[in-house]
Amino acid sequence: MNENMINETGLEDIRLPEYCVYQKPQTLTERELHYCPGCGHGVAHKIIMEVVDELGIQNNVIGVAPVGCSVFAYHYMNIDMQEAAHGRACAVATAIKRTMPDKYVFSYQGDGDLAAIGTAETIHAANRGENIVVVFINNGIYGMTSGQMAPTTLPGMVTTTSPYGRDTAVQGFPLKIGELLALLPGVCYVTRHAVNTVANVRKAKKAIKNGFEYQAKGLGFSLIEIVSNCPSNMKMTPLESNKFVEEKMIPFYPLGDLKKPEVK
Amino acid sequence: MGQKKLMKGNEALAEAMILAGCDAYFGYPITPQSEVLEYLAIHATKRTGMVVLQAESEVSAINMIYGAAGAGKRVMTTSSSPGISLMQEGISYIAGAELPCVLANVNRGGPGLGTIQPAQGDYFQSVKGGGHGDYHLLVLAPNSVQEMVDFVKLGFELAEKYRNPVMLLTDGAIGQMMEKVELFPQMERIDRHFPWATTGKPKDGERRFITSLHIESELFEKINLHIQAKYKQMEEEEVRYQTTNIEDAEYIFTGFGLGSRICSKAMQLGREKGYKIGLVRPQTLFPFPKKIFAELAPRIKGILDVEMNAGQMVEDVRLSVEGKTRVEFYGRMGGVIPSPDEILEHFEKTFIK
Repeated sequence: MNENMINETGLEDIRLPEYCVYQKPQTLTERELHYCPGCGHGVAHKIIMEVVDELGIQNNVIGVAPVGCSVFAYHYMNIDMQEAAHGRACAVATAIKRTMPDKYVFSYQGDGDLAAIGTAETIHAANRGENIVVVFINNGIYGMTSGQMAPTTLPGMVTTTSPYGRDTAVQGFPLKIGELLALLPGVCYVTRHAVNTVANVRKAKKAIKNGFEYQAKGLGFSLIEIVSNCPSNMKMTPLESNKFVEEKMIPFYPLGDLKKPEVK
Repeated sequence: MGQKKLMKGNEALAEAMILAGCDAYFGYPITPQSEVLEYLAIHATKRTGMVVLQAESEVSAINMIYGAAGAGKRVMTTSSSPGISLMQEGISYIAGAELPCVLANVNRGGPGLGTIQPAQGDYFQSVKGGGHGDYHLLVLAPNSVQEMVDFVKLGFELAEKYRNPVMLLTDGAIGQMMEKVELFPQMERIDRHFPWATTGKPKDGERRFITSLHIESELFEKINLHIQAKYKQMEEEEVRYQTTNIEDAEYIFTGFGLGSRICSKAMQLGREKGYKIGLVRPQTLFPFPKKIFAELAPRIKGILDVEMNAGQMVEDVRLSVEGKTRVEFYGRMGGVIPSPDEILEHFEKTFIK
């Protein structure tokens, strides 16, 4: 052990940067996140940028931000990015990848963006087998516009536009977009994760890394769904919202691989 | 001298795209412009490696244009009226994010599903905005198959000069008719090295992002003022029009695109009958050639504006002359093309008898 690590109290000074074992990824900017306390977006941003760091692709990747809470993702991710119109991220990403096939391209989209207004763009990009990674944050609610019903809102779940709980006879059923896309031959990888526990965060990060590695191999469309929380609009504390994810959302949206490529 | 060919307007559009070193085309079939995508599908990728992709909708196509334009690529899409309506959201985003690209509207009759026959009812949509917010497209109005070729090349140059979308407002007749064209030599597809393009963060530079989102009002007003300044510069530098027989003219016929060609014939018939008629043909609809109309107004007896719509460009003609001469309108709609004889008859009824 280096003797500099021992401070005057005789304990290791773990605060010195050179001894840090946990660091903010290099590719996250210094800008303060605008997300609510306890929101899953911050963690999701962090693990994507950790993957970018680990793969060493900061100068070789283009991200597409959606309309929704993560509309400002490009303020936090220190990479080249484009801000797409609501729902159109997969179309934008398609064109970026098609005109620059040697770059890594991903979109980052919420449930309203990807599974409501952008359903056509999502399904057709997937069906064409566009060689892109789509990170899909499913928190079952519209966050940016303050808590309206999303296509993925659970049956019975109260939102500002389903104030008596989502009635499937009136408002239809939650859309399981992952299961839907897994059916398409152009899709190589569909996997569902969560960021509510440390173990789940690790698995989610591995899945994102897999997605980029499959893209490098030219295997086609990857969807990494992250079941997340929205403490502010669920009107819960961060801990309660994580419990809701564990007890209500994950049973409806089970975690794990829905489709995986056979990699030699 | 370039190669001479007999070509259909829509095919000429497509050929010009390939020759201009266009990197990508994203589009969706719609009559009367489907030949563009068909021609590109046969020739483009084979000849230059250009990306050609049939999107699932016009909504998707215009957002693909946004993505590729944001990556600094030379990109173009084409459609016809209902499809262009679907693209309006994306066009507003493209104008807001200041991305260069070329669009072409092979105008058919509306409103609604309308007709597949030629019309000019999308003048307001093209020239006055179309989508939300304060923006303009630079609008070129070809009146021949030759200009379908020339304006694609010019369109890319202007789009890149101003970082602004350029619209070719043409119509079903020019798209479908065949004429002799002289083509320009094949240009290479090159990396244009736009400093703002998202091609991957430079190793020794700042990251780039393409957006039209600005939450702070005062900052966003500044961005709006910057965009408006570009339009002002366009009005000073990019006005294009053609005139015929204006030296001794007592009356002026005016129209754009196909309308201007019919006016030209009507003028000739009128001259044979002894009427001193001249022709002013705007080639840019935005910026509109206000000055030439303003200059002619005090010394002529009147202007007859002919369009294949209910009277749209005529508003800009009236604004240009500021009441200094009489401005009358003649139009047909629903896909009907007016004949030179009926234009002359209307002229005589309105101005002579």
